[in-house]
Amino acid sequence: MSLFVDIEKKLGVFHLRSQFEAPDETIALLGASGCGKSMTLKCIAGIVTPDRGRIVLGDRVLFDSEKKINLPPQQRKVGYLFQQYALFPNMSVEQNILCGIRSGDKAEKRRVLAEKIRMFRLEGLEKKHPAQLSGGQQQRVALARILCSEPEAILLDEPFSALDSYLKWNLEIELADLLATFNGPILWVSHDRDECYRNCRSVCVMENGRTSEVTPMDEMIRHPGSVSAARLAGCKNFFAAEAKDGKVYLPEWNVALPLAVTEKPFTMLGIPDNAVTLSESGGMACTVCRMIPGVEENILLLRPEGSAEGAPMLRITVAHESDLQAGAAVRVALDYSKLLLL
Amino acid sequence: MDWYPLWNSLRIAAISTVVIFFVGIFAAYYIAKLPRLVKGVLDVLLTLPLVLPPTVVGYLLLRVFGPKRVIGAWVLETFGVKMVMTWWSAIFATVVVIFPLMYRTVRGAFESFDETLAYSGQTLGLSNTYIFWRIRMPYCRQGVLAGTVLAFARALGEYGATSMIAGYTPGKTATISTTVYQLWQTNNDALAMKWVLVNIAISAVVLLAVNMLERRDFLTDASKARRARK
Repeated sequence: MSLFVDIEKKLGVFHLRSQFEAPDETIALLGASGCGKSMTLKCIAGIVTPDRGRIVLGDRVLFDSEKKINLPPQQRKVGYLFQQYALFPNMSVEQNILCGIRSGDKAEKRRVLAEKIRMFRLEGLEKKHPAQLSGGQQQRVALARILCSEPEAILLDEPFSALDSYLKWNLEIELADLLATFNGPILWVSHDRDECYRNCRSVCVMENGRTSEVTPMDEMIRHPGSVSAARLAGCKNFFAAEAKDGKVYLPEWNVALPLAVTEKPFTMLGIPDNAVTLSESGGMACTVCRMIPGVEENILLLRPEGSAEGAPMLRITVAHESDLQAGAAVRVALDYSKLLLL
Repeated sequence: MDWYPLWNSLRIAAISTVVIFFVGIFAAYYIAKLPRLVKGVLDVLLTLPLVLPPTVVGYLLLRVFGPKRVIGAWVLETFGVKMVMTWWSAIFATVVVIFPLMYRTVRGAFESFDETLAYSGQTLGLSNTYIFWRIRMPYCRQGVLAGTVLAFARALGEYGATSMIAGYTPGKTATISTTVYQLWQTNNDALAMKWVLVNIAISAVVLLAVNMLERRDFLTDASKARRARK
């Protein structure tokens, strides 16, 4: 089963154009906040009606503006894990999960309930109300409730944004394990590159209401196609760049890098962290402008020699042991094969 | 002391409150979904009875239900029933006057509702009716209850519009408020004072109930849990 989405929606000045096809696996929908990720999920679930387009899940058409098909959310069979889990506050854990069970007589419903309680390790919490549960427990209840309703696709909207970061890592393993039993497309919305990388094999980058192609996760991290994709992939250094005599010229630094210029036009150079190393000799001469102590590594802001006043600085990280302070002169070597022309 | 006015006041207030409970909730729910302009106009029209003098409301009601007016004449001709000067005529007056109280309180409560809960119910396959009565209403119950009690209290004290449309007939249309006025007119101070005290007592109890409902943790999960732990 796969999920096909091709929709458009205008909301004031914001214009959403989502277009992708998600196969039977976990796909990350990666984008900065406010880029339209949640809106896309709401359109798929049927909470928001797109202006135009088509949504097809397996062989069922959920939405088709031309054929005037618009299934209500109740009939879409799309499970939606909301950011704050949206458990019904007036109902106990048991009642919440029972809400998700669509069919069967009372005995059958009880049987499914007992099975889910066991599977999601909720024993002893049956009579508690959501306000009395921890964030992780709430997430398990919400997921149990969704899986009870027998969805054909699952949408996860920033599943860990409501949790403290120190809780996240083992809950992430737990969520991945519970989802492993599910057969169907899962859309994992996040703005966290690492979270997506650990849990998804493919990724669709969203930027300003637009989706890019679905690409394998590794591919997106190593060869991001745009500045925002590179930013989401973890790259922190971007500089204006232009082609000049077959080299890449950085006007702000007044340097030309001997980089093979591709046919693809570019305006920016992205320098990923792993492309920069401090070197004894050779490379570029720089001055340390600022040293910011970090928890595991120190951050240095470098100004290349000859760069214009006010030009953006190069941000690199060095080990704690490094005694480089502001004002020190250093040399950095760039690994040209890792630089990104965007 | 003839207790008829008390009984009459209570039944008028009770019936009006039941009517307004459903009409007010219905209006609050559906008007919120209308386009902004329509919503604004309806809002003004429906809240108007709250600020208009009750006599103006009574006058307008007589223009509609009086035996020589459109609806009043039609009902009199078809069913042989006069719509004014009976005990139940006062229900029309009370319903119109207390509607804005219920409508506005419930609307405020509905606005505080987290719509995500309704969305998640829908994606789970729950019907919209179930979501309304089992999720939205319990979530907003404090506001709905407060509105209902407030409407009941106001209904008990309705005087202006009631006196115009139902008049004062002892043992027939007399309510507490019209009785007090009548007793004062006829210089029966002692009896008037008795009714005043009865009225104050009832209103105080009702307002106490409103205060309890407005206390934030009253009847919420948190307080239930706290009581359970004790």
